[in-house]
Amino acid sequence: MLKTIRVALWMTVPVALIGSSVMLWRADQHEQVAAFQPAFSLPDDSGAIRTAGEFEGKHLLVFFGFTNCPDICPTTMSEVAQVMEDLGPDADEVQPLFISVDPVRDRESGLSEYLAAFHPSILGLAGDEAATQAAVESFKVFYDQENDASQPGGYTMSHSSSLFLLGPRGDWLRQYTYGTPADDITADLKERL
Amino acid sequence: MLKLIAATLGMAAVLPAMAHAECAEVSQGDLSISAAWSRATIGTARPAVFYVTIQNNGSTEDRLIGIETPVAGMPMLHETVLSDGVASMPHADQISIAAGETVSLAPGSYHGMLMDLNEALTEGESFPMTLQFQNAGTLTIDTDVVSIREREAPCAPAP
Ligand SMILES: [Cu+2]
Repeated sequence: MLKTIRVALWMTVPVALIGSSVMLWRADQHEQVAAFQPAFSLPDDSGAIRTAGEFEGKHLLVFFGFTNCPDICPTTMSEVAQVMEDLGPDADEVQPLFISVDPVRDRESGLSEYLAAFHPSILGLAGDEAATQAAVESFKVFYDQENDASQPGGYTMSHSSSLFLLGPRGDWLRQYTYGTPADDITADLKERL
Repeated sequence: MLKLIAATLGMAAVLPAMAHAECAEVSQGDLSISAAWSRATIGTARPAVFYVTIQNNGSTEDRLIGIETPVAGMPMLHETVLSDGVASMPHADQISIAAGETVSLAPGSYHGMLMDLNEALTEGESFPMTLQFQNAGTLTIDTDVVSIREREAPCAPAP
């Protein structure tokens, strides 16, 4: 009698195992649906095309902006610079990117010198209209050109204002909304690195 | 005696901080303006920014209606607007300073947008900015140019 019970119990083990692995598989499927891998293929100041793939193994901290934006763009770049300094040796595992949503004008004035004034690690990318649009769509973010006489050159850009974090395999991980203090971003990154 | 030493030490500790926090302040009528600052620029191709704190000590509303400075050919008032995570910076016709209120032009809010720069703005230097108000008239304040990386006023407005 005892033996029968024991056998019966043992027979439930594979069932439980199968059950839990199905649940894990489902959770995994769910994660794969939720996660996505933004792509971009954009030139840096030297004209070299940079893609998401070349940064595999690093976390990417991505901002969409333009350098004729004297308010929230420099404020956010300053936060990024602070994060990179506070990460110390861990900073090697993080690559900050500034993707221009005003690429023609930003290519003209140049991004490297401007971004280096914040932190030497920040890489600026400015493509053509099509490549910029593709990158923006891939990140599921937003930008638009608005004609406005009260702006330099008669137009300005509206753009997503968050910082976006991609993981070492290129997965979209999260965003830090505008105004997230550098300390909070640093603490979150340190937990992930 | 001990008290005196403590007071002296306290003073010594406070003085450098105060020196750092010293802010130019200009008053006229009911208005006081202070903590005027701007970020250094790289060349003159990109617009600079202007931030300031305005205090209305009176009992009637006043409005900032324009700015003027020798460093920029096209200075304007803008407001950064964040809506559903998207930022834009429309022109602000005027900025209301309600009676008894303090309004700051600050990152993520109102700013002076200094377009057509006549010269690059260098950290450590300063430039005059004239603010035009509907009631109080014009006030001119010296604006400190600080690091391009600065995120807040480098000096506190007078208490
Ligand atoms: Cu503006």
